[in-house]
Amino acid sequence: MQRHLISAADLTRDDAVLILDTAEEMARVADRPIKKLPTLRGRTVVNLFFEDSTRTRISFEAAEKRLSADVINFTAKGSSVSKGESLKDTAQTLEAMGVDAVVIRHGASGAPYRLATSGWIDAAVINAGDGTHQHPTQALLDAFTMRRRLVGRDAGIGQDLAGKRITIVGDVLHSRVARSNVDLLHTLGAEVTLVAPPTLVPVGVGTWPCEVSYDLDSTLAKSDAVMMLRVQRERMNAAFFPTEREYSRRYGLDGERMAKMPEHAIVMHPGPMVRGMEITAEVADSDRCTVVEQVANGVSIRMAVLYLLLGGNEPAVTHTRTEEK
Amino acid sequence: MSKILIRGAKVLGGEPQDVLIDGGLVAEIGTGLSAEGAEVVEADGKVLLPGLVDLHTHLREPGREDSETVLTGTRAAASGGYTAVFAMANTFPVADTAGVVEQVYRLGREHGYCDVQPIGAVTVGLEGRKLAELGAMHESAAGVTVFSDDGKCVDDAVIMRRALEYVKAFGGVVAQHAQEPRLTEGAQMNEGVVSAELGLGGWPAVAEESIIARDVLLAEHVGSRVHICHLSTAGSVEIVRWAKSRGIDVTAEVTPHHLLLTDELVRTYDPVYKVNPPLRTERDVMALREALADGTIDIVATDHAPHPHEDKDCEWAAAAMGMVGLETALSVVQQTMVETGLLDWTGVADRMSAAPARIGRADGHGRPVSVGEPANLTLVDTAYRGSVDPAGFASRSRNTPYAGRELPGRVTHTWLRGKATLVDGKLA
Ligand SMILES: [Zn+2]
Repeated sequence: MQRHLISAADLTRDDAVLILDTAEEMARVADRPIKKLPTLRGRTVVNLFFEDSTRTRISFEAAEKRLSADVINFTAKGSSVSKGESLKDTAQTLEAMGVDAVVIRHGASGAPYRLATSGWIDAAVINAGDGTHQHPTQALLDAFTMRRRLVGRDAGIGQDLAGKRITIVGDVLHSRVARSNVDLLHTLGAEVTLVAPPTLVPVGVGTWPCEVSYDLDSTLAKSDAVMMLRVQRERMNAAFFPTEREYSRRYGLDGERMAKMPEHAIVMHPGPMVRGMEITAEVADSDRCTVVEQVANGVSIRMAVLYLLLGGNEPAVTHTRTEEK
Repeated sequence: MSKILIRGAKVLGGEPQDVLIDGGLVAEIGTGLSAEGAEVVEADGKVLLPGLVDLHTHLREPGREDSETVLTGTRAAASGGYTAVFAMANTFPVADTAGVVEQVYRLGREHGYCDVQPIGAVTVGLEGRKLAELGAMHESAAGVTVFSDDGKCVDDAVIMRRALEYVKAFGGVVAQHAQEPRLTEGAQMNEGVVSAELGLGGWPAVAEESIIARDVLLAEHVGSRVHICHLSTAGSVEIVRWAKSRGIDVTAEVTPHHLLLTDELVRTYDPVYKVNPPLRTERDVMALREALADGTIDIVATDHAPHPHEDKDCEWAAAAMGMVGLETALSVVQQTMVETGLLDWTGVADRMSAAPARIGRADGHGRPVSVGEPANLTLVDTAYRGSVDPAGFASRSRNTPYAGRELPGRVTHTWLRGKATLVDGKLA
């Protein structure tokens, strides 16, 4: 493992499988009456959020607390891009406080990379979403969810997603989730297809390790998982598509479309869902939809990442098993 | 001392000769010239060029003296072998009146390192709505002939048309920063493979190309002269080539960094590579080099854009756009154009001195190295190899993409009307 987690593209297959396996161990902690490990006792983790995301922040915070870390939440909403110095200033303040890890969410693509490489700070840096670039822990929790559902909880240990066919639908252009997932799922051996109107596919996508389609219906029958991305209504005003209705008609997932998917196939969404536009309530509430599991799995994945980046060399597996005795 | 004998210099890269400067003019060229009464500079086979002329410099004064001043900027220019620079109008206040351009012009003359020819804004406050007093700036002591809203595009087709027409009255030229504003909203880097991966807002080539296409057609329609600033894409080259073949009076410039660097460097997220127009692809770089060699692109201009450290020591999106370039331009051109065999030193003298002086009507600059001409000269040690150390820059700013990079060649001497401004690599 590297010292930082900036991009899903930085993970090797073995790194990724190790994180998923470790997350399975972490998930067991959640099943116990006392959901806490002493692993990061005495270590300080800062959640540095320049951009609002209560869901992601709470997920990281839960993971940090279950590992007994001291947690500092730092919200610097709105101050990021207009006042360029704030990232460096903040970083140096945290450095002076002897922080061991920084979980950073930032509106600017590359901000976590700058934080990790510019020499401003010594701590481990975990990217919790940067601009339209990457959101690696989201990709990991998605992969974890897929492995559990499509390979199996116990059968999945040590396994990747070889041969699984994953379709990602929606605003790929602005989506760090899509970028991270394409990278990680490819590394794990899955075949990825992006489906979106051409306006929401980045110029230059041709080099990505995935297929691109503009037609959702033709991809459904051969998908093991369909991941719906968040589509912001503002995109309509920027002429990315004509109307909300037309978007739903062509790229929304409703019951009829879900019926075209194979029996075992699952529906995923990074949340929060916009019901009606990208996904109907019928689909969102079906037992094939993994949104709630994804949230729970997020905590296990973030525990695993923090553990592996900060917890030292000892494998989590033996550690937790000893604890249980 | 008014008499200087440059001994054994390869004039425009030719056979070594002696060049005698007297009274601010080139007095004699030959072999075995007498050194009597003259200070001798042993050139030892260095290349002697006409003093370089930069049609695109940002001096930042007035308004951002923390980045650069006329003094520090012209010292940087002299260090890079320049004897004249055209100072862009995007200062605070904007150079859109006779008063501002005269001030900048006068400061250049007073400091004496390099002639400063101010560029006037095309529109009031660079706002693109109302023509600035183009005639008054031309008639001022600064004698402005080049007008540009650089930093911003004159995107309103009617305003552009009127400006092109209006400056014909006094032989002016409009230098366009070609950037369709709507197509580049939120743009952070070249739109393509790398931007897709990095998730940075794309600056598509067509945003440049569509404006160039429109402007050459406008120039044709009204019979005016248009200059395209910092051309950066292969497609732009094609449009300019087509326009020239049609007889349209268009000239174009390329920056040293667009001749050398590509958008792959943005993968570092290091804002030192953030520039407008953005670094493009390898294919664009090669097209630009060829176009400069065959004359489709007329000149090299630096777009020297100094910024203080704090404006670059931050995350990419928050960083200022631009690079300093005056002190490294000739080295980059040597590496990309001369050492690749695309251009000889005569060609370099044309693209970096004669042609920019002609486009900007800078009398006394860009003249041939011959007897009776003003002694605006630059001596280059082309055999020199070394890595760039920004700590040694005369510019007040250090935002160079070449720190630690090895570049060939070094300017050792610069003379402005026979007066040394740079001697043995040190400012006089
Ligand atoms: Zn410009």
